[in-house]
Amino acid sequence: MHDRALVAEAGRSGPEVRSDVRVRIEAREHGAIEIELHSRVEPYYGDSIRRQAESVLEELGIRYADVQMEDEGALPFVISARIEAAARRAGLGQGTRVLPDGVTLPPASARDRIRRSRLYVPGSEPKYFINAALHGPDAVILDLEDSVHPGEKDTARLLVRNALRAVDFLDCERMVRINQLPMGLEDLDEIVPESPDLILIPKTETPDHVIAVEKRIAEVKGDYGITRPTWLMPILETALGIENAFFIAKASEKTVAITIGLEDYTADLGVVKTRSGNESLFARQRLVNAAHAAGVQAIDSVFGDLGDLEGLRAWAANSRALGFEGMGCVHPLHIPVIHEAFAPTSVEIDRARKIVAAYDDAQARGLAVVSLGSKMIDLPVVQRALKLMARAQAMGLVY
Amino acid sequence: MPVAEKAELITNAAGRVVPETVNGRHQLPYMGLGKYHPSGRKASAPIRTAADYPANGDKVVPDLETALRKCGLRDGMVLSSHHHLRDGDTVALAMLQAAAKIGVKDLMWFPSASFPSQKGAIELMQAGVIDHIEGSLNGPLGDYCTQGKMRGMGVLRSHGGRWQAIQDGEVRIDIAVIAAPTADPFGNCDGSHGKSACGSLGFALGDSIYADHVIVVTDNLVPFPCVPWQIQGNNVDYVVQVNSIGDPSKIVSGTTQITRSPDRLRVAELVARFLRDAGIMRNGFSFQAGAGGIALAFVSYLRQMMKDSGVKARFVRGGSTKYLVELLEEGLTDYILDGQTFDIDGVRSMAANPGHVATSPFTSYNYHGKGNFASMIDAVVLGATEVDANFNANVVTHSDGRLLHGIGGWQNCLASKCTILAVPSFRDRIPVIVDEVTTLCGPGELIDVVVTERGIAINPLREDLRNAVKGSKLPIRPLREIQEEVERICGGKPSHPKRSDRAVAVVKWVDGTLLDSVWQVI
Repeated sequence: MHDRALVAEAGRSGPEVRSDVRVRIEAREHGAIEIELHSRVEPYYGDSIRRQAESVLEELGIRYADVQMEDEGALPFVISARIEAAARRAGLGQGTRVLPDGVTLPPASARDRIRRSRLYVPGSEPKYFINAALHGPDAVILDLEDSVHPGEKDTARLLVRNALRAVDFLDCERMVRINQLPMGLEDLDEIVPESPDLILIPKTETPDHVIAVEKRIAEVKGDYGITRPTWLMPILETALGIENAFFIAKASEKTVAITIGLEDYTADLGVVKTRSGNESLFARQRLVNAAHAAGVQAIDSVFGDLGDLEGLRAWAANSRALGFEGMGCVHPLHIPVIHEAFAPTSVEIDRARKIVAAYDDAQARGLAVVSLGSKMIDLPVVQRALKLMARAQAMGLVY
Repeated sequence: MPVAEKAELITNAAGRVVPETVNGRHQLPYMGLGKYHPSGRKASAPIRTAADYPANGDKVVPDLETALRKCGLRDGMVLSSHHHLRDGDTVALAMLQAAAKIGVKDLMWFPSASFPSQKGAIELMQAGVIDHIEGSLNGPLGDYCTQGKMRGMGVLRSHGGRWQAIQDGEVRIDIAVIAAPTADPFGNCDGSHGKSACGSLGFALGDSIYADHVIVVTDNLVPFPCVPWQIQGNNVDYVVQVNSIGDPSKIVSGTTQITRSPDRLRVAELVARFLRDAGIMRNGFSFQAGAGGIALAFVSYLRQMMKDSGVKARFVRGGSTKYLVELLEEGLTDYILDGQTFDIDGVRSMAANPGHVATSPFTSYNYHGKGNFASMIDAVVLGATEVDANFNANVVTHSDGRLLHGIGGWQNCLASKCTILAVPSFRDRIPVIVDEVTTLCGPGELIDVVVTERGIAINPLREDLRNAVKGSKLPIRPLREIQEEVERICGGKPSHPKRSDRAVAVVKWVDGTLLDSVWQVI
């Protein structure tokens, strides 16, 4: 169906589908635009949807077409993306980007911001986009890779592009996981103009992968005159990737973190992923070490069992103990558990506060040696305490 | 034969347009909260004599048709039924079909609620057996009504309002048919035992006291006495034994499921945090929550917070479910005062636990009494289809004017000390916070808090609540601000669906006055 030029469709409809719209476009040689709309929200937004469809088609330069829309309450940015996707599949409106109204961009994200949790949202499921940030993760990842069916890569790309523009992600860092290269580079052409804060690069095995992505991002940003930083987080998912961890972490100035994908890593090794994670202990420790050596954050994989919050709690506590600063999550219920696990404990905060006070006191008195009670405090300990306090402050644990 | 009259319309104290007469009866418009003071004496059933009833207590007759004939069924009578068997009930429809077989016309069906499985009533309306329904109308019956096909006008009442209408003589029930999971030949009934056990029979209590004739239908006839008796056989004329009064799988759900939707869980958690942070959750407090997904999740969040803080409730009110039963069994509440039992855990608990008490709309909700339980509850969590910027809310119609839900106990619960609407801010692109509700069911003065996934709005009239949560981490926001945010997301304000100026149903307030009309959908 997608191969036959001039007739194509995009999006989903049906009783089980919510917040999406199926659009079928059949180009005509002459005549006019005929829109046939069936919508769950016809009494409220039917006229608005028809007006929007006409305007999108006009922007795409389509003047003659039969358009059928089965709407399940899709929001305007989804409707635009689905019409544009159907048009492109029909070989129409090439080279034109129809952008929805944008929300104000949040401030650019800082290189070393807190990245405890990142919530994965499938790039082809519009119903999850709008409220993802309400659950309070540090980041939302709009995923173009594994959660998107190979046949929907083109449509998901447009949906994610529009979401980056039209959805208010509140205080979350706006991340996109692109596809494995080379397809991932095409994703960048569509995504980067909408200023994502960070790009996750899947299946990174060598520094070249990172450099290729960095270069393409720089080109697109140059074309669009974008100066805001777009950070990188390579995902190491193979034995080779783990072996190259340090070099991957060092490959680009834009890299702020590296992370691991355990499903693929264990598959690569031919071992079973267990609840304890013993089989990936080496890889995870290696990654933590490489990250610290390269001066970037070490971020853990996702915990895949949706219902096992106790298992997640144990995993996250262990993960923090190993030196990770955060992990991914696939369900909003995981967010508070992860945040709790990666937060410094009140005992740690108390101790750090005392060390920092002793340090300030020594500075004020011009002493070279910092002591707390009868114990001398080494400078690295002071630095660690300062870092912990800064982190606790950023998490809102101390004021 | 009353054909839907083109009624004179007037504007009531809430600014809503209502008819002056409904089904040939003069009506009072809503006058404002607590403004209407009724006078006169309550209605009563005819005096009977034991001389006319079998001294051995055996009132069993062969079938429902015989019982209806013996009760003197004739054209234009009022027949009542009850929804404690919910969508599994087969007795109400059997009653109406037996009446059709007898050949009577123009009946008024007066159910405590109707369910989709009773859509067979439509054929009986088309055939003229039923003139109209006064009771909740939803699904196919709701569509039949809002399309203007029902001859008489629908009358929607709360559970408490139904008791009030019976007690005040607004509705005189000629024959009440009570489906009983257990009964004895004298007519004593119990809902908590038997293969069709459903818990409380509270909805049928008023009918048993005030109706001219009462028929009990049971699939578990036990020798006298049926203990406990929730309905007294002394009010019962005839008892009919049948193989089944309903489909047990639809009477109670095997498992009541907490919502898995992250957005709805967030709403539920915010509600629980609100109760905690506002200081409502304290030793000896009380609350009510129903069986919807958000309400169930709310109970499970609150339960954890109660445990963490070492707080116990004095009583909780249901719709009882597994989640309330857990509170009772863990000692987190002294009592469940149960108006309606939703799942097998609730039924089991009511049968076994003296702290799990069956209640009726009289004790819980009746506004024309010497008080009721609803106003003594510290907090209640309710749903709504729409709420406006002044906190007025709709629970019966969809935004397109179609009837969607009955009122249930919703209006009665608004009397609680803190009424919380727990709602998503939009559904399928349709904003829940609107400029004006399609149908007014609850005056905004009684609605204190609206909790959505995008924030919590406190009614400006409740400065005490606003102060109580000052300094908390709760996302407190003006309702108008949430409304504007949602309109931005949804691409502007929704258009108003067209509607006719013909009232097809009315919404009663808890005092029997007319709060609003439901209009024929074009």
